[in-house]
This record gives sequence, structure tokens and C-alpha cells, in this order.
Amino acid sequence: MFDVIIIGAGVIGCATAYELSQFDLNVLLLDKENDVSLGASRANTAIVHGGYDPDPATLMGKYNVRGAKRCMELVNTLDVEFKKTGSLIIALDENDLKTLDKYYERGLLNGVEGMEMLDSEETRKREPNLSEEVIGALWIPESGVINPWEFTISMAEVAVREGVKLELNQKVIDIDKKSDHYLVKTETDQFQTKYVVNAAGVYSDQIHNMVAEPAFKINPTRGQYYLLDRSAGETVKTVIFPCPTELTKGILVSPTIHENILVGPDAETVSDPEDTSTTREVLGLVAREAQRSVPSLNFRNNIRNYSGIRANSDYNDFFVKISAPKFLDLAAIKSPGLTCAPIIAEEGIKLLAQEGLELNKKDKWDGTRKIIRFKEIPKAERADFIKENPEYGRIICRCEHITEGEIVAAIHRGLPIFSLDAIKRRAGSGLGRCQGGFCGPRVQEIIARETGVSPLDILLNKTGSYILVGQTKNAESED
Amino acid sequence: MQNIKEYQLIIVGGGPAGLAAAISAAKSGLSEILIIERDKYLGGILNQCIHNGFGLHYFKEELTGPEYSKRFIDLLSENKIEVALDTMALNLENTEDWRYVHVMSSSDGYRVLRSKALILAMGCRERTRMNIQIPGTRAAGIFNAGQAQLYVNLEGYMVGKKVIILGSGDVGLIMARRMTLEGAEVVACVEVMPYPGGLNRNIVQCLQDFNIPLYLSHTITDIKGRNRVEQVTVQEVDQFGKPVAGTEIYYDVDTVLLSVGLIPENELSREAGVEIDPRTSGPMVYENKETRSKGVFACGNVLHVHDLVDFVTEEGESAGHAAACFVQDGGCVTEDANIISIKTDSNIGYTVPQQIRVDDVEKAVRVFFRVRKIFKEPSRIVFRDQSNAEIASFKRPFMFPAEMENVNLPRQLLDKISGTELTVSVEE
Repeated sequence: MFDVIIIGAGVIGCATAYELSQFDLNVLLLDKENDVSLGASRANTAIVHGGYDPDPATLMGKYNVRGAKRCMELVNTLDVEFKKTGSLIIALDENDLKTLDKYYERGLLNGVEGMEMLDSEETRKREPNLSEEVIGALWIPESGVINPWEFTISMAEVAVREGVKLELNQKVIDIDKKSDHYLVKTETDQFQTKYVVNAAGVYSDQIHNMVAEPAFKINPTRGQYYLLDRSAGETVKTVIFPCPTELTKGILVSPTIHENILVGPDAETVSDPEDTSTTREVLGLVAREAQRSVPSLNFRNNIRNYSGIRANSDYNDFFVKISAPKFLDLAAIKSPGLTCAPIIAEEGIKLLAQEGLELNKKDKWDGTRKIIRFKEIPKAERADFIKENPEYGRIICRCEHITEGEIVAAIHRGLPIFSLDAIKRRAGSGLGRCQGGFCGPRVQEIIARETGVSPLDILLNKTGSYILVGQTKNAESED
Repeated sequence: MQNIKEYQLIIVGGGPAGLAAAISAAKSGLSEILIIERDKYLGGILNQCIHNGFGLHYFKEELTGPEYSKRFIDLLSENKIEVALDTMALNLENTEDWRYVHVMSSSDGYRVLRSKALILAMGCRERTRMNIQIPGTRAAGIFNAGQAQLYVNLEGYMVGKKVIILGSGDVGLIMARRMTLEGAEVVACVEVMPYPGGLNRNIVQCLQDFNIPLYLSHTITDIKGRNRVEQVTVQEVDQFGKPVAGTEIYYDVDTVLLSVGLIPENELSREAGVEIDPRTSGPMVYENKETRSKGVFACGNVLHVHDLVDFVTEEGESAGHAAACFVQDGGCVTEDANIISIKTDSNIGYTVPQQIRVDDVEKAVRVFFRVRKIFKEPSRIVFRDQSNAEIASFKRPFMFPAEMENVNLPRQLLDKISGTELTVSVEE
């Protein structure tokens, strides 16, 4: 019998597992995929938002500034890539200026610190590549860009190291309420637990409906993106937002922690929450919209298009509630969900405590994580470091300069590894301009060697994404 | 920086260009030569090119890729050329007297080396599906042709059972045949341009001989399949490259191989401040393959993408010889050399070299270029100077963008030029 089962290992589920791991509890984290962070936490805009736009009356408004502060602490605690870039919300006409005023007011109510209204000259001084049409901007210093999947994975890694059990490839199909516990059924197993946390992202309405009357409906919303090569240079240094609309914060142009430029997303309601394909029409629209803010963007520098599905809903806020006895919804988490994740987890755990969950701190708990990134080792120290750790002397990913040592370390941090993309998300290999063309086969070889499986069984990404179909005729006859 | 190891010449890249450059430099009397190679073996891309057809020009015989490179590798030790394998060059720095190279390997750690001359021979990489922005899912089963070639030829793994090939570059054509021979079904080869991207002999031997249809002016406009490729949509494109509605053909395949162009790998060159020609994506060079950065030379696919290794070898030899001259007597060139820039008309994509220092040319300079459209009728390649006087002309029965052209400009013709520009054009 588990004390708590968390359904969904995205940023919300992993943040909850991380926070719960400091208590003397038997916790199980479930996910339907073969890795953590494979839903909205994988494909999003990778921003720690400043908190200028959510309605102050909502949880989004209440959590945002706290969340941003907590994220900026956690990136140090967990050694997660983060850059405090600040954001500019730009105005292209008089209407936009009114919107900026509104957001300034909202920002004040939400507790946003350091906001400044800039005129066109001041704006373009900060960002010379902005359109000449820009007539002003709102500057939000307390915001930045983060590696969202590393953030999620790091919390899962610490949680697992500190005793949380993780089960992957476990899709929850039903939850039975028993007299003193819940029975959580997956396609292959069933688990008993006293408490359930629903952190199922785009499926959080379905999980909710397994134990309670429908209270909200998820409208899976797809957004498409471009990632431009770093040879595009420092096109922008800060996150550039146009004025938001009801559906989206607008097509933004943002630097990334890997010095690329990220452009997107649109907002399109889709019926299939797994349909993360991209389309010619929308990508064309995203490019045109982004060029209204930054006309010099060159989409020939594109190194990747992707889309992510966010859990927008008909409930105009995060759904953070006890919906049945000992059943906690951390549901309908849309933007700024990544920023608010640590707070959603903290507040959720308070609600569990009110439901009777006993929170006794462990005598020993280490909430920190530290990893080696070869790039960050000063040149003068590299020779000595490689002498001690020869695997860090071999570059595997040529574009991003990721070493074998970093890849091997990522494989052995406690979470099972099934795919090349799992390593991409942990070590950064394959994120660059050749998109794994060179390093893919090498990473496959290293995973096979380190985990003792055949290269044939190593996937590109999710279950079913096999790369190889068998041996060649020659190789077969040699066996 | 302490313990900086010194060389006369460092060559970045141990493929055919780097190998030829090293041997040529040694034969020109240079010693203390180092080749830096990031792979565990020398030979570069030739290692996975197990088909024959290499060396027809250079050796007058047909060799496989590994056989071709072995002929050069075998000469390294007698020429006392040092090789650092499994070693990555991370940074280049160019100063007045020295070229600095930061390298790293498991065995020797992080080191700073320097040399009098440096040859860039890093080759090229494949354009990806994302570079050309094919929409659809990001399923497994989408490979660059060269990557698939590595899996099949070097590692012994098959990458798919039912295959469509996008792009008719040579690697894609070779892989169409290779996959067929390994038992896969290749349903089609699709090319967005109105003409093939690869050599005619490969169209015949790799597609026609196996009844694989080639669709010109077509492209892939969508890829379906949640985890592994399941279906692609092929559409005809108009003269602007836009898909034409109503021309959709659907193929149920599990694999897409891409052969959609090669990009010279000049990230190191750019960081070192080497001037790049946007038309070739390779360094701007003079007649002796010296870049605009003193003491830095370039050859092979890092300079411009070749279709025949024989010319890569020749270019490497030229660069190696020039680098040796540079080290031995400060270069073959007089400081105030008469420099001529080669311009092109709209029928020609680029030339290599881009500039000629006439006094440096002993007998003749070989100029490489590609045409930008098909010339089916006999035509003339004409060089004119700024007074519009015809300096030289060369007849060709036909010309294709896929096949690199070259002509020899003799020194005595170069001496006749008035002005500092030479324009090359195609006259039908």
C-alpha cells in the first residue's frame, strides 16, 4: 500500500514527488510514457514568466511571482540550466500601449518587481533588432529562460534517489474507491494507495472523472515552434512578447539557454492530445507573426520545428482542489504552469495534509543535484580534469560539444533510459544543428553498452519509435 | 598557456582532402606535420562508401572508398606524418606568426597546439529534414542518407523495410541501391528540382537498373506516423517550389531517407575569423587554396561540396603544397601580387578559387564551378575582363548543376587581363 500515488510525471507530478520525497512517505510516481517529462513539460516555450498578465484573482496570478522566485532558487539547488534574461512586452500601436498599462497594473497587483515602461528609443536600445514599428515596451526583469525538461527530470532524479518509486509505461485506465484506499488500475498492473494526486496534464480531466463528477474539460491546445541555429547570433537577448491575446501570450521570440532562438507558439485546439505534428500553414503563420516583432529573423537558420500540447481548459484557472476524499487534482495546468509548478506542488501538499496526510520530515534528505557539464569547466582546468576522467575527453555530440562522460553520467542517474531522446534531454546531445545525425549512432552504442541491451532495442523517443529494423544480410550471416 | 606543442603544419580532418594535403606537404619538403581526426579511423566519409567508382580520374581505376583512402593512409608513416585520432579540434585562433588549435581527446586530454600553417579539411555535413522544414510528425524512421549508410555499411543494421528517398543527391541514390540489395523496398526517389541532384551514372546504376521511379519537381509535404513513419505525402511543386494542390500521392512507408544537400562544416573557420563565401558556404580562397586569413588553407568539401573524390585529392595536394611553400619561404606569393577577382553571371553559382594572385600562378590555375541550370545544347564558358575582352573560352557539349565543371586558365592568358576582375559566363 502506497501513501501517495502521483499520476503523471510532468513538471507538476515531478515537483510534487520532489517535495513529498522529504517526508517519511511511501510514494509512487506513475507515467504512461517511457520517460518523465514527455508531455507539455517537454515541448513548451521554456520560460520562467514574470507574472504581469494573469488575473490577480486567480491562482495563476497568486502563484506566478512566488513560482518565479522559487524556480530561480531551484535551478541552483538542482543544477538546471537557466538564464535570467528578462522580458519585453512590446507595443506596436496605441491599443497595445493601453494593454501594456493594463499589464503594468496587473503586474503591481501580482507583486511583480522592477517593472519599467520604456519608450521606443529605450526599447530599441535594449533590443536593436526589434521592428521600427515598436512604440514602447514593458520591461519585466524578474523572468528568464529555463531548460524545462531538465528541470522536470532533475526533480524526478532527486525524488527517486530519495526514495520515491517511479513506474513508467503505466497508463492509468481506472481508479476504484475502496473503503479506506484507492485502487489505481493501469493496463498491466494495479496499485493500492491512501492518497491520489492527479497531475495528468492533458488527461487530467479524464483522471478526475474516474473518481468525481466532471468539473472541468481540457481543451488540448497545440502550439508550433521554430528553433533557429545559434549562428543566427544574438538576434535578441531578452524574451520578446507581442501583446497577448485571449488564447495565447502571442508569438514570442526568445533566446534559449543553448543560445538558439526560439519562435512560437500559435494556439490551435486539437481533438487528439497526442497529435504533436507540425503543419506548413501554421509554421508559415508563426514565421510571419514573429517577423512583425523582429523583421530580420531568418527561418533558413531553422534547426528544428516542434509542437507541444498544453492543457488549456474551460476552467479559467489552475484546478488545484481536493475533488474527492484524499484525491487531489493538480489539473488544468496551463501557462504559466511551468513557472508555478513548485508552488502548485507546495500548495497541493498542504491540501493533502488537510486531508490527513501525515508529513513527518525524514532525518536525512538531500534535495540537491549536481552534474558535470564539460562546457562549463574552465579551459585551464580541462587537462587535469580529463586526466582523472578520460571519458570527458571524448566529444560525442560535435555540434554541442557533449562528451561521453556526460552521456554515461546521464544514463546512470537512477531513471531508466530507453531512447536517444532521453539522453538528449539529459545531456543535450543531438540538440544542435545536425540534430543527432552524427552522434545518434554513437549515443545508441553507449546506451547499449552501459545498459546491456541490444542497439536494436534502443528507441528514438517514445515506445514504438524504433530506429533499426534488424541486421543486414552480412551481419546476420556473421552471427 | 604552457607546454604548447609546435608543428610546421596542422591539418584539421583526416578524410581524403586532409590525407592528400599532408602527403603533398611532406613531399614538398615539410616535416612536423600533424593530422587531427575526430573519428577513430582516418578516411572520413570514404570508410562507409563501400561501393566502387572512386579513383577513375586520379588512379585510372575503380576503387571502393576504403581502398581509395588506404592508398593515402599507407603513405603516412614513410612521410613521417603524425596523426591524432579520436581527437576533436575545439577552437582555432589565428595570430600573425602562429595558428593555435585547441584539441581534446580521452588519451591526451585537453591540449593547445600551434603551427606555422593550418589546413582546414573538415568536410561537410548533411542538411536535415528540419533545415528544409518538412512538416508532419517527428517519428523515428527519418534518416539522412549518409547516416543510414553508416548504420548499414559500418554497423550492420538495417534502418527500414519500405523506403522513400527525398532528394536525388549522390548519397541518396547510392542508398537507394544499397537498401534494395539488402532486401528493402524503395518505392520512389523524389526531387524538388526539375533536374537530378546526383551524377548521371548514379541515376542509371542506382535507380533505373532497379526500376525505382524518379519524380522530378516533386517533394514530400507531410510525414505521418506517431512513433515510426507510417505514411508520407508527395506533391508536385510549381516553378517557385510551392506544392500544387490536387497532385498528392500517398506512400505507406516506414522510412524516409534524405539526400537534400551538404553543408561545408565551417563552424571552426567562422570562429577563427576566416572569411566565408555565402555561395559555397566555404572559405574564400586564392589560387593556392589560401584563405583570406594568413597561413590558413582549405581544401575538399569544407571549401565547396564536390561530387568526385578525385578532385578533392587534387585540391588537397594543391593546398598541401602551398602550405609547405608558406612555411618554407613565407608563401609562394609576393606581397604586392596582382589580384584578380572572378565574378559570375547568373548561370554560374560560384567559382573556386574566388580570387587569383596572378604572380603566384606558375603555369595555369584550375577554376572549379557549378552551373545553375541544365545546358542540354553545346555552349561556351567564357571569361571576360573589365574591358569586356574575351580572355578565354571553353566548349562543353552539355552541362548539369549536379556535375562540377572545371577549366584551366593558363598564366599567359591571365597576364593579358586589363583591370582586376574577370567575369565567367555561359553563352549558348
